[in-house]
Amino acid sequence: MTSLAQTRAAPARPRLGVGARTATGIAAGTLLLAAAPLYLAPYATTTLTRILVFGLLAASLNLLVGVVGLPSLGHAAFFGVGAYAAAWTAIHGLAGAGALLVGVVVAALVALVAGAVAVRASGVFFLMLTLAIGELTQQAADSWESVTGGSNGLYGVPAPTLFGTVLDQPATTYWYVLGFFVVGMLALRLVSTSAPGVVLRGIRDSEDRMRALGYRTTAIKLGALVFAGAVAGLAGGLLAAQQRLVTPADVGFETSALALLAVVIGGTGSWWGPCLGAALVIVVRDSLGATLDGHGPLALGLLFVLVVYLLPTGIARIRLRRAAS
Amino acid sequence: MPTTQIAVTAMVNGLAIGLLLFITAAGLSLIFGMMDVLNLAHGALFLTGAYLAWWIGGEQQTWPSLARAVVAVVVLGAAAGGLLSLLTAPLSRRSHLEQALLTLGIALVAADILSALFGDDVRATEPPAGLDGTVTIAGWSYPSYRLALVGIAALLAAAVYWTVERTSLGALFRATVSDRDMVATVGVDPRLVRGGVFVLGSVLATLAGLLGAPIYHARPGLDTTILVLALVVVVVGGLGSIRGPLIAALLFGQVESVGRAVLPGLASFLLFGTLAAVLVVRPRGLFTLAPGGRR
Repeated sequence: MTSLAQTRAAPARPRLGVGARTATGIAAGTLLLAAAPLYLAPYATTTLTRILVFGLLAASLNLLVGVVGLPSLGHAAFFGVGAYAAAWTAIHGLAGAGALLVGVVVAALVALVAGAVAVRASGVFFLMLTLAIGELTQQAADSWESVTGGSNGLYGVPAPTLFGTVLDQPATTYWYVLGFFVVGMLALRLVSTSAPGVVLRGIRDSEDRMRALGYRTTAIKLGALVFAGAVAGLAGGLLAAQQRLVTPADVGFETSALALLAVVIGGTGSWWGPCLGAALVIVVRDSLGATLDGHGPLALGLLFVLVVYLLPTGIARIRLRRAAS
Repeated sequence: MPTTQIAVTAMVNGLAIGLLLFITAAGLSLIFGMMDVLNLAHGALFLTGAYLAWWIGGEQQTWPSLARAVVAVVVLGAAAGGLLSLLTAPLSRRSHLEQALLTLGIALVAADILSALFGDDVRATEPPAGLDGTVTIAGWSYPSYRLALVGIAALLAAAVYWTVERTSLGALFRATVSDRDMVATVGVDPRLVRGGVFVLGSVLATLAGLLGAPIYHARPGLDTTILVLALVVVVVGGLGSIRGPLIAALLFGQVESVGRAVLPGLASFLLFGTLAAVLVVRPRGLFTLAPGGRR
């Protein structure tokens, strides 16, 4: 399968593997991020942790929006399911990497079920279906009180432990989140720049042609959705570890919409761009939301409108530029 | 209450909710089918109608206040529709995703303004005298407003159905769904039709909000609940048609109401299950007029 994919799609193939420059860039970026808490106040470190969590969510959504061309408005469903599953596991005695693993697996399973319905639709139908799936997941989180704690959410999530050390300081939590953030981002990069990524881009650009070439496009799209859902679940597990609290709002429509906004701002063309978008969105939400006395949605709504009007060629331009290069 | 009565009550409730859903979803379907705009601010229009019902009529509507409220929601719905038409016009050649983001932004702003104006409490409103009690038919008592709602909503639904499927105006609408360029070629400016459909669709949403106020009670978050129900109805019924959403809305009205009565904890799963079941059989909805592959 892999070798076939490489030979068939050879002309459109982006550079495979990790070049020396990219590797250096990744290493330098990771080092810079790892050193950040040494120079930042605890509050800024916590904000940066939130940005990492949200950035990983946005980057996983970008695999769907930018690479496969599936605009999802319900990606927070997998994020939230991962967060709830990890929080529940941590509360019931398994904090740390084990809880994250449970979050990833449960999120992937939910993505499999939801995706089996959603990938039957394309374009705007996919948008509507994912929106409905996200909203129904939030309603389930709200009403399934014995597991999710209802509208209060799951609180009192214990801090993660790694090799017997409790990571409850802003800096140690940050490094914990950063470690798994890097793992998640590398996994996303591996998929989007390797042979499967070429197939996914092929489906985005011409699904009919890929089907004619013999690819089972529906199954491949489902696979991409499950993978993106699993990474979103990892981000959710990190959210539970950082916030120590999971509420239905983390599953909901607004979180999905914010993730999509981060992808659009950051640009769908690169695998790390959405993280920059996520940083902007988190800073706007946290700083403006506090100064505007609870009118965060107003600021965000205006940000949506501005982004759509001020990026006049928006996603299309980014996509065209990518095709031209 | 005996079981049969609960069942009948749930089914009549489902009929009332289904017809309300149809009126809401018909506007969404028309706007998408003709304008190619996915209007995610549609739920906010419904909520605006519901808040207006409370603001004008208070907790207990009277007939004069109801009449004033009807005028107010029609005027406001028309104005909102015109505004939405203008705001989305520059995006007509862009992707659905960007239009969805724009209307999503508008919906967030609208929700924030509504909660600033009306607070975060539930704003319940009771129907006017004569409709606020119960009627007893064959030994079963039933809230009279819901029965009246079934009648009014059925009339409204019939009017919408007749306008779209049987009049020349409706033929113009349907022609625009099928082939916008051809309509322009015959000499009708699609931009005029555009504004008209936005106004019609938005008025339907605010009217549904007014009619639904005594059942749903205006509150923050109702906009997304209604939007999702309307989207599900439209996805299942097929975009751009009227018959499809009607049948889907009646189906989901029953699923909502009977499901809540029989399996209260599982209502949202039932909704998703029905959606999944329909899409497995008919991936593009029950009745699709708009060409399915159009982006």
